[in-house]
Amino acid sequence: MSPAKKTNSADYLRMYRQMVRIRTFEDNANQLYLSAKMPGLTHMYSGEEAVAVGICEALTDDDRITSTHRGHGHCVAKGADFKQMFCELLGKAEGYCRGKGGSMHIADQSHGNLGANAIVGGSMGIATGSALRAKLMGQDDVTVCFFGDGATAQGLLYEVMNMAALWKLPVIYACENNGYSEYTKTEEIAAGSITARAEAFGIEAHRIDGQDVLAVNELTQKLVARCRKGEGPFFIELETYRYHGHHVGDINRAYYRSKDEEKDWKENRDPIIRFRSWLVEQGIASEEEIEAMNAEVEKDAAEAVAYAEAAPYPDVSEVDMHVYAA
Amino acid sequence: MREITLSQAVNEAIAEEMRRDPTVFLLGEDVAEAGTPFKVLSGLVEEFGTQRVIDTPISEPGFMGLAVGAAMTGARPIVDLMFGDFIFLVMDQLCNQAAKIHYMSGGKLNVPLVLRTNMGATRRSAAQHSQSLQALVAHIPGLKVAMPSSAYEAKGLMKTAIRDNNPVVIFEDKLMYQDKAPVPEEEYLIPFGVANIKREGTDITLIATSSMVQVAEKAAELLAAEGISAEVIDPRTIVPLDEATLLESVRKTSRAIVIDEGHQSYGITAEIASRLNEKAFYHLDAPVLRMGAMDVPVPFSPALEDVTVPTPEGVAANARKLCAGELIHAA
Ligand SMILES: Cc1ncc(C[n+]2csc(CCOP(=O)(O)OP(=O)(O)O)c2C)c(N)n1
Ligand SMILES: [Mg+2]
Repeated sequence: MSPAKKTNSADYLRMYRQMVRIRTFEDNANQLYLSAKMPGLTHMYSGEEAVAVGICEALTDDDRITSTHRGHGHCVAKGADFKQMFCELLGKAEGYCRGKGGSMHIADQSHGNLGANAIVGGSMGIATGSALRAKLMGQDDVTVCFFGDGATAQGLLYEVMNMAALWKLPVIYACENNGYSEYTKTEEIAAGSITARAEAFGIEAHRIDGQDVLAVNELTQKLVARCRKGEGPFFIELETYRYHGHHVGDINRAYYRSKDEEKDWKENRDPIIRFRSWLVEQGIASEEEIEAMNAEVEKDAAEAVAYAEAAPYPDVSEVDMHVYAA
Repeated sequence: MREITLSQAVNEAIAEEMRRDPTVFLLGEDVAEAGTPFKVLSGLVEEFGTQRVIDTPISEPGFMGLAVGAAMTGARPIVDLMFGDFIFLVMDQLCNQAAKIHYMSGGKLNVPLVLRTNMGATRRSAAQHSQSLQALVAHIPGLKVAMPSSAYEAKGLMKTAIRDNNPVVIFEDKLMYQDKAPVPEEEYLIPFGVANIKREGTDITLIATSSMVQVAEKAAELLAAEGISAEVIDPRTIVPLDEATLLESVRKTSRAIVIDEGHQSYGITAEIASRLNEKAFYHLDAPVLRMGAMDVPVPFSPALEDVTVPTPEGVAANARKLCAGELIHAA
């Protein structure tokens, strides 16, 4: 990692804290699922924190993101509150979507998160459309479209990248390449190079270590600034890894990926461990300060979980509310 | 007789047909080593190899299109669509291409393919993984639609679908994969367009599809305890529809409720109800009722989701009203 810029300490500490918040959120969500308190199906973001945080820390609340089925990390990184998130995961009335969406559809309008999506690739049109609106209406916000390596197999991506390039739209396509699409290795489902797909449309594409939060953040800051000047769209492929199964029920993974591989990523490339040592090395925070920050986040999460567990479900009368807008 | 799960029944049907006919092959996401997320296809790649059990990228319109082309030129593909909700992604290849090619070619080209997918809510999977979209495809001439209500039906209908020379869409209820039913060891097929009378009765006919057959059977139990005799009929295929059996029953009972998990409006239930009205009008003592899922996207919260689907109690309550003549002048 590059040396620290003296003036940026607060930013660095916030980035660290946001990564820890994601990891802690997921640990709690996983626990809720395993103890059968959380209904449905969920996909953990643990391991990929530097991607969401590096990118979202380069955005403002006016900038938009579209998220995926593995969306808790994007949601936290874009500024969401634990209580409303856990309430949503448990289907409670105070959740971000009043319990109607759940893990796979969590959206946070107040911070520009246009929503997770349970259709792989389903948000590519939405993100590009958001960027089209910014351009047409003379607004200077940027939209980031998060999607996985597996989602590059969706034809929609190629339709919208073509239009984004033709019309110079302020959108950044952020491909989170975690090496797998469900239980299948990326190289078995994606021919050729991922960045070359964007380059074929004349879109500037970058491939970057998604476990290095500073590198991700620096690149994104540059691309966001250029998007605001009308130089978009851009494409980033971020090399990363998911620590858990594809979804919480995917426990026996040995048939598609080895324990050694998992261990290597967790022990040698963990984005939080790496950034933490860097913060200490650069004298930005002491071990004690970091431990205190971790403990505070854990406490926040525990409180939010307890709050959500005790919170009421929506009243049954809400079932046919929100089908049509007023 | 031995009992097996619906999941095993589907697996056996496909394996038997693949052994019998070398032109049958499977394609879809994570169908090979993973055997699908529901593990329905486990073991098939070990027996038939990756040439006939093919893992695809997440490119639904693409592999649906490949299946249409392969079917037109001599193969019998089975497309595995992980969730019924993804049918929206394959609509063009399925409805504009597969459904129409035999007709448009004046009967010269065939498209013998099976699209196997699922339906059904109350799994807390939210709005994009819980829909029951059978009405959408049943609306398109050229497609056949099967809805197995147990392991027995799942096996017999799947084998018939694979041998059919038309595109067939099979909707399995994902909550029923682990449900067991008696399934003979010997080979059998269930012909399309032949309804199954699950329970005989004289006061009211409950026509139900897929998992709603269980709901109707439970409702019939509740009603029997009160002296109301309900007949339960499972059409098994929606296209073709065994109208004769349904009409015969309704002429006998004079009352009917049609139950399907698709949305209430513009659905399978409306189609069946109007056919009964058109062809058995003078035999009816009460309007034919439709019971489907509420006209709302399926909500995630358990507190909301459970009220969106028909229940045995709800069916029994409506049946009681029909039998008491209460709904004849319903506003
Ligand atoms: C259109 C569609 N097809 C299939 C699925 C089932 N599915 C959910 S996630 C997933 C894999 C996605 O892989 P990737 O895009 O790499 O994201 P990751 O899960 O690795 O974050 C699949 C096949 C889906 N939800 N939507
Ligand atoms: Mg992936």
